[in-house]
Amino acid sequence: MRFGVVVFPGSNCDHDCYHIASHVMGMETEFIWHKDSADLSRFDCIILPGGFSYGDYLRPGAISTHSPIMKEIKTYAESGRLLIGICNGFQVLVEAGLLPGVLMRNRTLKFICRDVYLKVENNDTPFTSEYSKAEVIKVPIAHHDGNYFADDETLKSLKDNDQILFSYSTSEGETSVEANPNGSALNIAGICNKERNVLGMMPHPERCAEDILGNEDGKRLFESIIKNFK
Amino acid sequence: MKAKVYVTLKNGILDPQGKAVQHSLETMEFPEILDVRQGKVFEVTMKDGISKAEAEKRVTSMAEQLLANTVMENFRVEIE
Repeated sequence: MRFGVVVFPGSNCDHDCYHIASHVMGMETEFIWHKDSADLSRFDCIILPGGFSYGDYLRPGAISTHSPIMKEIKTYAESGRLLIGICNGFQVLVEAGLLPGVLMRNRTLKFICRDVYLKVENNDTPFTSEYSKAEVIKVPIAHHDGNYFADDETLKSLKDNDQILFSYSTSEGETSVEANPNGSALNIAGICNKERNVLGMMPHPERCAEDILGNEDGKRLFESIIKNFK
Repeated sequence: MKAKVYVTLKNGILDPQGKAVQHSLETMEFPEILDVRQGKVFEVTMKDGISKAEAEKRVTSMAEQLLANTVMENFRVEIE
C-alpha cells in the first residue's frame, strides 16, 4: 500500500503525515508537489495535510483548489481510492467540492489549539473501522476556520447517509453546545462522501498516533485504512 | 475595463467578524446601529477590447469559480 502526501506552499503538517504513514505505520510514502500534474494511479491513500496553504488568502483552501494537482486529485477520488483532508486539507476538499459544505471562521474568532473529545459516529468506513461506534477519542485541533456550515438539506443528507464520522463531544460522548469548540453545525468534526472514500476532518489524527506523543487515539485511523486495503 | 465584485455573506449566516465590528462601533457611541455585516470587494481590471456584456459574463464566471464561495456567500458584479 502506497501513501501520498500533497505539499502546497504553506502546508505545515505534511512531514507529520509522512512520518506517521512511513515511519510509524511502515508504509511506502511519497510527497507530491502541488504543481505536479503527474499520474496518481500508483497511490492507494492520499493525504491533503494541514497548514496554511497560500497563507489562507481569499478563503482557506480556496487558492489551492486551483493548483494543477487538484485536477488529478479529482480523477483519483473518482476512482474510489482513499483521500483524506486534515484541517487545511479538509478546507481544500470542501472548496474543491469533493465534500459538501464550507468551513467558516471559528465562532469565537480565535485560533484554537487544544485537545478535544470526538465521538465516533460511524465506524463502518475504511477510515474508522478500528474504532467502536460511539467511542470517545481525544484528538488535538489547531485551526482558525473550522466552523462547519452547510444548508439544512445538506446536513440532513449527511445525517441520513451516515456521512458524519466524528463529532465534537464531551469526554462522556455528549455532543452538546459546550463541547463544540468552533460553532460547527451538528458539532461536525469530520465527514466523508457518500462513496466512503473521501474523508475530511478538522482534528489532527497524525498528531496523536505515536506513543512518544503521549496519545495514540489517532493511530487507529491509519490502522483502519491499512487493514481495509485490499 | 474595470469591474467590481462585491462578496457578502448570505442572510442567516453568522458573521462573527461583523458582530465584533458592530460591538466596537456601539462602544464608540454609534447607538443607531442595527447590524453590521462584513464582506469583500474585488477590483478586477481587464484588457482593452472586451465588451461590457462579455466582461460581465467573464467576471461572473470568475466570481462563481473563485472569488465567492456560493455555499455561504452572495456576489454582485458591477462593470465600470
